[in-house]
Amino acid sequence: MSLRTPLASVLGRGAAKEGVHHWWVQRLTAVALVPLGIWFVVSLLSLPSLGYSAVTAWMSQGWTAVLLILFVLTAARHSQLGVRVVVEDYVHGAGPKTALLVLVTYLHVIAAAAGVFAVLRVALGGAP
Amino acid sequence: MAERPLSPHLSVYRMHRYTLLTSMLNRITGLALAAGLILLVYWLMAAAAGPGAYAQAESVLALWIFKAVFLVLLAVFSYHLCAGVRHLVWDTGRGLERAQSRVSAYVVLGASAVLFVGLACWWLVSRVLA
Repeated sequence: MSLRTPLASVLGRGAAKEGVHHWWVQRLTAVALVPLGIWFVVSLLSLPSLGYSAVTAWMSQGWTAVLLILFVLTAARHSQLGVRVVVEDYVHGAGPKTALLVLVTYLHVIAAAAGVFAVLRVALGGAP
Repeated sequence: MAERPLSPHLSVYRMHRYTLLTSMLNRITGLALAAGLILLVYWLMAAAAGPGAYAQAESVLALWIFKAVFLVLLAVFSYHLCAGVRHLVWDTGRGLERAQSRVSAYVVLGASAVLFVGLACWWLVSRVLA
């Protein structure tokens, strides 16, 4: 008879509803990115100009800033999950694969942090 | 350690050209959009760094190579969006029959081409020719 609790013997083995986490977050972000992506591209194309004053005025509008932050965060998460699968599929060898996965994750976190910081800095009037 | 079993390789599947094409394109366009994310953050950071830094970024992004990159990103966005919606429909359990997925493959290719041409024309008229 095992002294392990039933919970301990299933945690991390996929049946504790962790197995679908990657899949679920990928879909959750995908669904959100349909309107966010269309909004971003349409906004970019309909801006009167891409000059400094036009862009920062646009970024400073309340909902633009909120949607831009959501877009950057959602896109970064979706991208990280997607690139992760590509690395897992095509990069062989535990060493290079782990190193690349760590690098990919860090790069996406940096992109997300920088994107949010940039939008907030402009929107809150902190840009020089 | 004993050799562990591997999942079947590409060669065991009988892939009609459209299944292979749509699947590969979805991955490739996804990777290209990941690169586009870096460009987006660069642009946002430039705006946050003030008019001087932004003007510098603008002169970089105005190079013809970045115009080409932007056009490619529009194409890639159009495809990944349409192909992504196809995947979301599949996730509901619909459209998985062979004949249906064949039709949806061509719908995705057609819809993304139309979307891309529309966006590209809009971009050309409002930015490049203006």
